Amino acid sequence: MTTTAKPPAVGVAHSRVEGRDKVTGAARYASEHHFEQLAHGWFVLSTVARGRVRAVDDEAVRAMPGVVAVLHHGNAPHVATDYVSFLGPPDPTCAVFQNDRVPHAGWPVALVVAETPEQAREAAEALVVEYDEEAHDIAFRADRPDAYVPDQGSPVAAKGDLDAELAASAVVLDATYSTPEQHHSAMEPHAATARWDGGRLEVFDSNQGSMWVADELAKMFSLDPASVRVRSEHIGGAFGSKGMRPHQAAAVMAATALDRPVRVALTRRQTFAITGYRSPTTQRVRLGADHDGRLRAFGHEVLNLTSTLRPFVETSAALGRVLYDAEAHHTAHRIVELDVPTPTWMRAPGEAPGSFAVETALDELAERLGMDPIALRARNEPAVGPLSGLPFSSRDLLGCFTEGARRFGWADRDPRPRTRREGRWLLGTGTAAATYPSGAAPSTASVTAEPDGGFTVRISAADVGTGARTALTLVAAEVLGVDPAGVTVRIGDSDFGPAWVAGGSMGTRSWAWAVTSAAEDLRDQLALRGQDVPPEGLTARVDTARLLAELAKKERHSFGAQFAEVAVDVHTGEVRVRRMLGVFAAGRIVNPLTARSQLVGGMTWGISMALHEEAVRDPASGRHIGADLAGYHVAANADVPLVEADWIDDPVPGDPLGIKGVGELGIVGAAAAITNAVWHATGVRHRDLPLRPDRVLRAEEAGQGA
Amino acid sequence: MAPATASAITLTVNGEKHTLTVDHRTTLLDALRERLELTGTKKGCDQGQCGACTVLVGGRRVVSCLQLAVAVGDEDVTTIEGVANGEHLHPVQQAFLDLDGFQCGYCTPGQICSALAVLEEHAAGWPSAATEDVRPEAGPPALTPEEIRERMSGNLCRCGAYVSIVQAVAHAAEQTGGRTAEEPQKETKEPAA
Repeated sequence: MTTTAKPPAVGVAHSRVEGRDKVTGAARYASEHHFEQLAHGWFVLSTVARGRVRAVDDEAVRAMPGVVAVLHHGNAPHVATDYVSFLGPPDPTCAVFQNDRVPHAGWPVALVVAETPEQAREAAEALVVEYDEEAHDIAFRADRPDAYVPDQGSPVAAKGDLDAELAASAVVLDATYSTPEQHHSAMEPHAATARWDGGRLEVFDSNQGSMWVADELAKMFSLDPASVRVRSEHIGGAFGSKGMRPHQAAAVMAATALDRPVRVALTRRQTFAITGYRSPTTQRVRLGADHDGRLRAFGHEVLNLTSTLRPFVETSAALGRVLYDAEAHHTAHRIVELDVPTPTWMRAPGEAPGSFAVETALDELAERLGMDPIALRARNEPAVGPLSGLPFSSRDLLGCFTEGARRFGWADRDPRPRTRREGRWLLGTGTAAATYPSGAAPSTASVTAEPDGGFTVRISAADVGTGARTALTLVAAEVLGVDPAGVTVRIGDSDFGPAWVAGGSMGTRSWAWAVTSAAEDLRDQLALRGQDVPPEGLTARVDTARLLAELAKKERHSFGAQFAEVAVDVHTGEVRVRRMLGVFAAGRIVNPLTARSQLVGGMTWGISMALHEEAVRDPASGRHIGADLAGYHVAANADVPLVEADWIDDPVPGDPLGIKGVGELGIVGAAAAITNAVWHATGVRHRDLPLRPDRVLRAEEAGQGA
Repeated sequence: MAPATASAITLTVNGEKHTLTVDHRTTLLDALRERLELTGTKKGCDQGQCGACTVLVGGRRVVSCLQLAVAVGDEDVTTIEGVANGEHLHPVQQAFLDLDGFQCGYCTPGQICSALAVLEEHAAGWPSAATEDVRPEAGPPALTPEEIRERMSGNLCRCGAYVSIVQAVAHAAEQTGGRTAEEPQKETKEPAA
C-alpha cells in the first residue's frame, strides 16, 4: 500500500456520502427495522395538567384484538432515577410509569402494546384513565413572584454599577422583549425499537448520541453497560430534542416484559408533549450610551419557565457576555416552575431568543443615537472577553459586517424608516450580529487500515442532517493522504465508545479532533511498518480528553452578520422576507457544500422564528392548542426566498483543528435582522415574536394613529 | 357474523403486484412501510400536514397517510424506491444529491416524489397560486423559483433546505426539458466533487 500526495479533501465541496441512500429511500431510520414477532407500543398521555392517576381501566383494553400488554404505574417494573448520566442527572420524564403523579399535560400514563400499529392505536385510544385532578398553574409572565435564580450554569454575571452608568448615559433604552414556546418539530418523530438478542439489549433509535442513550438505559435498567447497544444510523432531524426520551425507556420496558421486539413510535402530536421544547422567554434589556454610541451600561435580564420536575435554563443572557462591552455589564437568568413539561435545548439554545432581544435593542439604540447600526456595533467591539478578560481565539465580527454590507448593498440604504414603497408593500432592510460558542468535548475514535487498502473510521458520532459523516470522511482522508472514496466512516453505534453528542455546535469539532488524532497515529504506525498492513488490519484508537485539557483558556466563539430585506403589507399584516444574507466567521470550513446548507438552514429557522412559530397552551386545560404541523407553523417553501450564506477566512491561531461548528450560528440574530427590517419598512418596533399579522395590524394602528 | 375487519387486496407498487390482507384501518403509508417493507416513504405527521409520505398514485401525487390501502384499487403506486432506473438515478434524485437539496433526508423521498409530479403538472399546463396569467391561451408559465416554491409547499422540510430544493427542482427541470427561469443569483453553489 502506498500513500501518495493527494489534493486536499478538507475545504472542497463534497456531496453527502450517504446521499444516494437518502434520495433512493434505501436509508433506514429508527422505525424502519423489521423483526420477527415485532410488537407495537402506543403511548397514552395524560389529559390533565396536574393531579394523580386514580385508576387505569386496562381490563377491557387487554381483551381487545391483538393487545398483548398494558404497562402503567400499577404494573411497571421499578427503574433507577437517581443516577448521573453522561450529560448529568436524568430527565424524570424518561423513567416512565414509576408513580401515579401527573406533573403536566401529556405525561405518559400508559403504554398499550399490540400485534399491529392499528390495534395498538385503537386500544390506546380506548383506554380509560381516571384522574384526581388538581388545580394547575401554567401562567408565564414577567412579574411572577415565585421566579428564582437557578443554581446552575452561570446565572448571573456582572461588573460595574448598572444604575449609575444608566444615569450617566446620554441615551438610554429600557425595553422588554418576548419569545414564545417553540418546538423542534424534526420531520422524523421519535421512535425506538428494542429487543433482547443473545443476552444483549439492542435498541434502534433516532437520537443525537447513541452513547448517551446507551449510558442512560444501562443506568436506568441497572444493566452492565457492555450489554447495551444503541444504534442510530440515520436520524430524521433532531435540533436538540433527540436525547434520552420516554419512548426508549418504554420500548425497553415492554421488550423486557414480553421478551419480544417492541417498537414505540411517537405520533406527531405526542412529540409536542414529551420531547422537549424551547421555553418562552421574557427579556428586559437596558442599554445606556454616550452620544458617540459607546456603551456605558449593558443590562439583560431573562426569565424562562421550567417544569416542577427539573430546572432548565434557557441561557439567553449569555451572548451579551461575548458580543459587547460596557462600563457596567449585568446579565442574569431567572426561572419559574410551572405545571408544564420540561423544556430542553433547541437549535442555538439561549442565543436564539437572546439575540432577538439584544440585537433588536441595539437597533433601537442606533435609531435613538442617529447612528448606523453597524457603526454602533463597531464602536463597542471588545478587545477581550467583556466579563472574562480572556483573549478571543479569533474574532472577526466586523469583517462579517464589512463583507456582508458590501454584498447586501447596505451603503445605499436610506436609514429613515417607512421611505420605500412598492405597490401595497412597504420595504425595509435590517441587520443583526450573530455569535455562538465553539466548544469541544472529549471523544474516542478508532481508525483502521484495512488489508484491501481502505480505511475504516469508527466513532459514536451522530449525523442528524449536519453532514457529520461526510465531514469526518474528509477529515480522515486529509490526514491519511488518500481519496475520500477510500475511507468508510461508521457512526451512530454505542459500541464504538464514548463520544460527544450532536449538540452545541460541538459535534464536528469534537469528533474531527478524535478522528484527526487517531488517523495521525495510524499514519505514523504505518510509516514505521513500511506501510505493511497485517491481515486483521491495523487500528489506532484515541481519547481526546488529555488533548482538550491542554487547550489554552480563551473566549472561543464563531461570529456572523445577518442581513434581511422584508416587504410588509400594513393593511393585511403580512410580512414577506424578500432576501437574506449571512456572512460568518466560523473557523475552518470542512465541507463547503454541507456547511452552507447548515447555515442557510439556520437562517431559514430564523425566518420561521420571526414570522411563524408559536406554540399556544390553553390556560384552562394546560394543553396545547393545535399540537400538530397545521397548528404549529414552521416555514414552508413559499415562505423562504433566496437565502444566502457565506463566510470569510477565520484562522484560529494555536488551535490544532481550527474548526468551529456551524449548526447553531445561522439562526442567531436572524429573527432580529428581520424584525429590524420590519421597523425600517414600517417605522414601528416589534418586541414580541412571532410577527403575526394581527400584531403588525395593531402596531400599525398604534404607531401611526391610523 | 361480525363484519370483516380485513380484506385481501392487490397493490401494484413500482410495477410489482403484491397481494396481501390488510386491516381496513391500514393506510397506504403503513401498508408500504410495515407490510411491504418499502420504508423509503416516510411518516412525518400521519395526518396530511407535512408531505413526507408523498407517493404517486396513478401518476398523481398523494399523501399516502390519508389514503386507505383498501381504497387504492388497481392504480399504479410509485414510491421513491421506484424512481431510479436501476443504478441510474433520476435527474431529480441526482439534482437533490448534487445540490444538497436535503440535510437529514427524512422529507426527501416525499420532496422528490412531489417534484416529479410538479414537473408533470407543469408540463401539462397546470397553473399554481403563483401563476400570474392563468388564461388557457397564456400557455404553461415559466417554472420560476416562485412557481417552484409554491408548487413544492406541500412538503415541509424542517432542516431548512428549501433554497437547495428549489435549485434542485429547477436544475432537474432543465435536464428534463422543462422551461425554467432562474432568478438572478449573486452566488452559485459550489459544485459537489
